[in-house]
Amino acid sequence: MARFAASWKSAALCIAIGVLLLIFLPNVIDDFTLIQVTIYLVMSVLAVSLGFIWGFGGILCFGQAAFFGLGAYTYAISVVNMGDSTVPFMLSIVVPALFAALLGYVIFYGRLSDVYMGVITLTVTLILFNLINSTAGPEWKIGNAPLGGFNGIPAIPPLNWPGNADESITPRGMFNLSLGLLIVVYAGLRALISSRIGHVIVAIKENEQRAQLLGYDPRAYKLFVFTLGGAIAGLAGCLFANWGSFTSPTIFGLAQSAQIIIWVIVGGLGTLMGPVVGCVLIQWLTTQIGTQQTFNSNLVLGAILVLFVLLVPKGLVPSIGMLLERLGRRSAPAGRSSDAKPVALAKEQQA
Amino acid sequence: MTAAGVTGVTPLIETRALNVRFGGVHATRDVNFSLAEAELRCVIGPNGAGKSTFFKLLTGQVKPTSGQILFRGKDISRMQPHEPGRMGIGIKTQVPSLFNGLSVWENVWLSAQRVNLPQRAKDVTRTTLERVGMLAESEAITGTLAHGQRQWVELAVVLAADPPLILLDEPAAGMSDAEVARTAELILEINRQHALVVVEHDMSFIRMIAKKVTVLHQGQVIREDTPDRIMADPLVQQIYLGKKPH
Repeated sequence: MARFAASWKSAALCIAIGVLLLIFLPNVIDDFTLIQVTIYLVMSVLAVSLGFIWGFGGILCFGQAAFFGLGAYTYAISVVNMGDSTVPFMLSIVVPALFAALLGYVIFYGRLSDVYMGVITLTVTLILFNLINSTAGPEWKIGNAPLGGFNGIPAIPPLNWPGNADESITPRGMFNLSLGLLIVVYAGLRALISSRIGHVIVAIKENEQRAQLLGYDPRAYKLFVFTLGGAIAGLAGCLFANWGSFTSPTIFGLAQSAQIIIWVIVGGLGTLMGPVVGCVLIQWLTTQIGTQQTFNSNLVLGAILVLFVLLVPKGLVPSIGMLLERLGRRSAPAGRSSDAKPVALAKEQQA
Repeated sequence: MTAAGVTGVTPLIETRALNVRFGGVHATRDVNFSLAEAELRCVIGPNGAGKSTFFKLLTGQVKPTSGQILFRGKDISRMQPHEPGRMGIGIKTQVPSLFNGLSVWENVWLSAQRVNLPQRAKDVTRTTLERVGMLAESEAITGTLAHGQRQWVELAVVLAADPPLILLDEPAAGMSDAEVARTAELILEINRQHALVVVEHDMSFIRMIAKKVTVLHQGQVIREDTPDRIMADPLVQQIYLGKKPH
């Protein structure tokens, strides 16, 4: 659609940068850094899932870590039992999606308010944390996969080429897959937001009552957004379990849930690239802080969040976008081109 | 007796003994209301008379405690809040209810595209914005517009879905004299194809558009007649206009 040309330019730019990184980055950085970057990418997929449901669907989910953890555990348990990773990979997306659909149905069709939404999703995450945490004994196992309690599941078999269990993924392949899937998720969500359904989703976030008066059923659209967010978080969980060949209940923890929200706030709500930028930046910063003993990393992260909320409330990406727009307006000649159609949704989708 | 019973024609919308209670407040009492296809009805009443609640009932935003709402003979009183809109009841609320972060075009398009195929939705959006004189503002962010302009945008949003019944809650509120006259003209034009229920306080505006007026007081329908008779009615003068009967 011509109206979204401006939006698609920024999307194409982001995708092009992603593809260039996919091609060139493995050739210019060492393996250790590549593995480090891979976890940034895996977590970026998780960040995008919350960025989508919160920034575009208006659903503030405090428990995105629940779907992330479910994805990781589903993959770990099923791959230990099956050997070949093809079905476990799919299950790690489907199971969190179904869980999100069930939870979303209760929340949205039960007409629970936003406050309860936050409370329920947070509680569910903590319940899962405690549940998995208390599965330490040898009796706690699904098939051949012991759940391991607080120690988690170690030595998770890596992803393999579909149908060929002997051809496992390498660290380099893991980087390619993570970045490739991040690009696919980003492009897919951008396409969705620009579609008819995407417009309705944003409209419901803007004014649910007006959307209802026009005949749209917000419950159905929110359920769809929430389920899709759960599926993407599950995918991130699967990648996480593969990255370290390990998963533990801490991924269901409060700290994990809070971190995802911080990534989105710092990067910028209402954009898809913002959560990626926020996630990479904060994770890189956490790693850097971890190399010294002077400051506690949680203290620094807390201070960053407070500073961003107070000084850059829109987040990095929207603020940079606004700055560039202002600079562009200053340098542009007076008058308006009839082809230039800056629209609200396009602005919302920039980057 | 219902309108259907009198004329043998099913009314466009009809309420039967409609009641709503909010805790101890009886907001709507046994309201029997009937509107024919393509009819224009004005509803008046002092503040707290139950006008807004009545509109919320018709649009599914509030569920009645008892009674029925029939739209073309079908009971809609227990439907989900989005279903009356889907069936063809459009409403322009008192304080414009719009997608403030979206452009004027997007607001109207969202309404048009629910009932039209993509290309047709674009055409409908353009013609509707032209009709209310807002095409030039189609790229503006709705939240940045002046109140009067937002009223026009909301009217365009309602019209774009082409609903058989349009409810207008104080459409002339906050408008200049020229805009009021333009609004009256537009309402009469809309009435050629759509039935309308208009809640309004401005009696001069009501005289411009109404053939029949319903008076609500304390949640009850107390009179239903032509504007002139309503204005001359001592009870209406007493409770609505604040005049004591001679």
